[in-house]
Amino acid sequence: MNGKAALLCLLLGTPALPQGFADMGASADGFALPNRETVLAFPADHAAHPEFRIEWWYLTANLQGSDGVEYGLQWTLFRTALAPGESDGWRSMQLWMGHAAVTTPDAHFVGERLARGGIGQAGVNVGEGAPFRAWIDDWAMQSKAAPGADVLSAMTLTAAGPDFGYEVQVQAAGPLVLQGDRGFSVKSETGQASHYYSQPFYDLTGRLDLPGGPVNVTGHAWLDREWSSQPLAADQTGWDWFSLSFDSGEKLMGFRLRDADTGFTSGTWIGADGTATLLEPGALQADPLDLARVAGRDVPVSWRLTLPERGLDVTVGALNPDAWMDTSIPYWEGPVRITGSHDGRGYLEMTGY
Amino acid sequence: MIRTALTALLSHWRRHPMQLAMLLLGLALATALWSGVQAINAEARAAYDRAATILGQDRLDRLEPASGTSLTTADFAALRQAGWPVSPVLEGRTVTGLRVLGVEPLTLPRDAATAGLPGLSSDRLTDFLRGRIALVAAETLARPEVAAALEGVAATAAPDLPPMTILADIGLAERLLDRPGEISAFLIDPSRPLPGPVPIGLTLQAPAADDGLARLTGSFHLNLTAFGVLAFAVGLFIVHAAIGLAFEQRRGVMRTLRALGVPAWTLAALVMAELLALALIAGLIGVGLGYALAAALLPDVAATLGGLYGAAVPGTLELRPGWTLAGLAMAAGGTLAAGAQGIWQLMRLPPLASAAPQAWAAATATTRRWQALAGLALLLATVLALVAGTGLWTGFAVLAGLLLGAALILPAALAAGLAAVAKRAKGVLAQWFWADARHQIPGLSLALMALLLALAANVGVGTMVASFRATFTGWLDQRLASELYLTAGSPAEAAALRAWITPRVDAVLPIVFAEVPLSGQPGEVFGVADHATYRDHWPLLSALPDVWDLLARGEAALINEQLARRAGLDLGMILDLPGGPLPVAGVYSDYGNPAPQVMLGFDTFTRRFPDVEVTRFALRLPSADAESFATRIRQEFALPDTALIDQAGIKAFSLKVFERTFAVTGALNVLTLGVAATAILTSLLTLADRRLPQLAPVWAMGLTRRRLALLDLARTLVLALGTAVLALPLGLALAWVLLAVVNVEAFGWRLPMKAFPGDWLKLAVTALVAALGAGLIPALRLMRRQPAELMRVFANER
Repeated sequence: MNGKAALLCLLLGTPALPQGFADMGASADGFALPNRETVLAFPADHAAHPEFRIEWWYLTANLQGSDGVEYGLQWTLFRTALAPGESDGWRSMQLWMGHAAVTTPDAHFVGERLARGGIGQAGVNVGEGAPFRAWIDDWAMQSKAAPGADVLSAMTLTAAGPDFGYEVQVQAAGPLVLQGDRGFSVKSETGQASHYYSQPFYDLTGRLDLPGGPVNVTGHAWLDREWSSQPLAADQTGWDWFSLSFDSGEKLMGFRLRDADTGFTSGTWIGADGTATLLEPGALQADPLDLARVAGRDVPVSWRLTLPERGLDVTVGALNPDAWMDTSIPYWEGPVRITGSHDGRGYLEMTGY
Repeated sequence: MIRTALTALLSHWRRHPMQLAMLLLGLALATALWSGVQAINAEARAAYDRAATILGQDRLDRLEPASGTSLTTADFAALRQAGWPVSPVLEGRTVTGLRVLGVEPLTLPRDAATAGLPGLSSDRLTDFLRGRIALVAAETLARPEVAAALEGVAATAAPDLPPMTILADIGLAERLLDRPGEISAFLIDPSRPLPGPVPIGLTLQAPAADDGLARLTGSFHLNLTAFGVLAFAVGLFIVHAAIGLAFEQRRGVMRTLRALGVPAWTLAALVMAELLALALIAGLIGVGLGYALAAALLPDVAATLGGLYGAAVPGTLELRPGWTLAGLAMAAGGTLAAGAQGIWQLMRLPPLASAAPQAWAAATATTRRWQALAGLALLLATVLALVAGTGLWTGFAVLAGLLLGAALILPAALAAGLAAVAKRAKGVLAQWFWADARHQIPGLSLALMALLLALAANVGVGTMVASFRATFTGWLDQRLASELYLTAGSPAEAAALRAWITPRVDAVLPIVFAEVPLSGQPGEVFGVADHATYRDHWPLLSALPDVWDLLARGEAALINEQLARRAGLDLGMILDLPGGPLPVAGVYSDYGNPAPQVMLGFDTFTRRFPDVEVTRFALRLPSADAESFATRIRQEFALPDTALIDQAGIKAFSLKVFERTFAVTGALNVLTLGVAATAILTSLLTLADRRLPQLAPVWAMGLTRRRLALLDLARTLVLALGTAVLALPLGLALAWVLLAVVNVEAFGWRLPMKAFPGDWLKLAVTALVAALGAGLIPALRLMRRQPAELMRVFANER
């Protein structure tokens, strides 16, 4: 492990460490804690919250190529702080990490960028005359929204890795969705939580640059925005995260946080019009079906999800079981197909394996 | 049979332990000098390599700012946003001379990750990133400068770092160097493609095999290597003499063995094995001695390299297989080369031939003449090379040609000299003395050549050092004309200091400087106030008549000799500088600094480099008050020791560096001379037996053994003195080449050569002492010869 990887494993944790993935089980010394009473305000809350320990701008998309192939796409900007608050120059305690990926049924392309805060190499700008922009190096998520509209409602995203790149436009066809209790998302029985909202209604058009040449794509994208200082309980070791879009227009955000016991599941049922319904802990059942040997680990790439209150009983299977993010902090992230009581497409993230 | 033959052969050494000791000593000394020098060079090169590879400079491209500009974090962010895979590096030196390297671990290319960074555990890395720890070479961890610079920061040992270097996060580095927001250069990650052409204002630097240190110090190491080779060559004379003697004395044994049926090749193989065994023993001793020698000299070498070039070389020595094996190989190769002639003769020895000894290195008058002609031709070629050639290697080729040519001429010259004296000799004894001295030349010629080389090297290097020293001290007096030199920690402190000091001294002269590439190399531009201190003292080599007025008006610049030579600049020529070109109004000497330098008037400087703050001052005051005034400033402002340096202190330090530089040379000189004296001793011992048939008749005619011995000693002294007389012009020629050719090529400055006749006298005495030391034992042995031995000469059929 080189220094960089060791560094990030410390900063963001490592699945091998008992305190949980991404070090999020560590205590929140000096950092602000999520508060149920906080009312999210936009566009201010689209920006970074440096007084919190970790934060991300996380977009995934299920795409159809002009070549008839099914694709997955990821654009993520992580922020993590060594200490609360931001200062100018190298004294900044904010660290940034970008992950980008394109997944096909038989290939998975990954890129990663790392940056310090305080000097302009990475960051998130909101307002002050400039349009919304989240960037790290030459990767960017840039607002193209019309004046008056939510700045996230139309964006261009660019990223590139060693052997791939993309430039896509997303246009929101629905409202922002506040996850949990009006954006306050509980992550454990003991009360760990985060602030969490999404924009799951993007239509996407754009171009992928792959080793075989450019491919025009269309599809749907989902943006997650989340920040916290300690979203995992000390005994939680990782999570399985589902963002599912059904052909009916309804959507499901569901997660299972694993611990030595039965774990903690929760989620949000999102109506086709954007109406969000918080799922009670334990209402969603997620059971692994098949394990695949990925990067030397056994990872469940096929799941049975049941949500009796919505008559949901589906099998969620990976488009490409090898969607391993071989980054400083490795994890599994890839597009999935949904079959059963509901059909559709979605994304699955699995950490801590 | 083999065992019997071997026992017979080896019994020789038992009967002649002195000879064995001499052989081993000569070989061991030669190997010691050679491997000692190689060990020093290897250690220094390893240190340069560490310095060069520390940030992957040897593998990574770099983006560097165009001349006169600097880079900022904003440039970094802009480049990254444009897709450039760059990582910032901030390099500099603290006021106490520590090298600080600031890196940004998140973007640092994997190839550059170095020294301790990969080895740090993850929590240490966070501490590194937060500027709570810095990496320092283990051997300099305990240095007070390091502790002072890293106050509040935990210094962590990193084995791969060069000495006196701090590797820190760029955020900590900018604090240590007081250069907030600055970036020296960008490293380019080779694993990613470049997004486009190099942006304006930046230049792409290809990886350099070294960071200039190896090139800079190359001449120094070449110098040492030359000494090592010279010492080894001189040592081989001894080995050759000792082995020749052993062959000579064992001719009888060998004939007998052959007659008894031992095949020639078996005998040859046995002798070869014997020689190799001796070489191995002597080689091991030599490598051990070489290690001790190198370990003793290395601290001085390290101080020299640090003082002259800023090269950090550790003062401790590692046993490296490279030079250890090379030393042993040199010993074995040298022994075989020295014994080849003997083995060749042995192979061709007819078993029944008479065992009459032949001169083992008989040089007839004819071969002597040819040798002399070859020597003259070599000297001529050397002169031609001097006229036609350029470069450091020409300098060294000239040195080699001079030495070899002179050595070849030596026997003929000595013979001619002795012949001339012999003609005027009156009396039978005197005539015999001179004729016999001449007769000895062939047998002693190799040893005398060794003496010639050692003496000439002594004169040459001695004259160079003394010339350098005289010039250097004079130059220091001129250059360091101010009584105190003050460096403030910050511009604010500088202003406060200046306000307080100004009414209390005769003058406060601000000194400002900026690092700027000059004629393609890193250089410095200084700004100095217009003051009598400079007008009266500055060591100008050449200047326009109104040079100081031109400088004060900002209409011209001064350059150092190094820049003048490198860029081919002369008075009135135009020099390219940030902020516009200026004509050159003067050239000044700048010893001890390998880098190009420019001096501007203070006002011009501040116009051209508006960002440079004044933090350094030269203070003029009566020199008697300097010390007490320094104490007062320190008390008033709580300054660290390093902030205020008095002139006497700098001079003492500079001279110390200087003395150390040449302490090494001096030590090697003495050793070379010792080896030469040993060579004479061995040769004389070799000759002693052979000379008996010549001495016996003289003894029979009534000369006492004591008288004969004294005459023998006198003869040795005469030959040594003759050699010394020839060594003097050779040494002076050597000194001239060193000062006027090698120095200019290696350092960029030329030194006036000064003659030191007192040293020449010392040289003659040295030669005589060496000869006396070498001739005493053979003379004593001659004195103690049994008359029977001398009698036997007449009885012997030989």
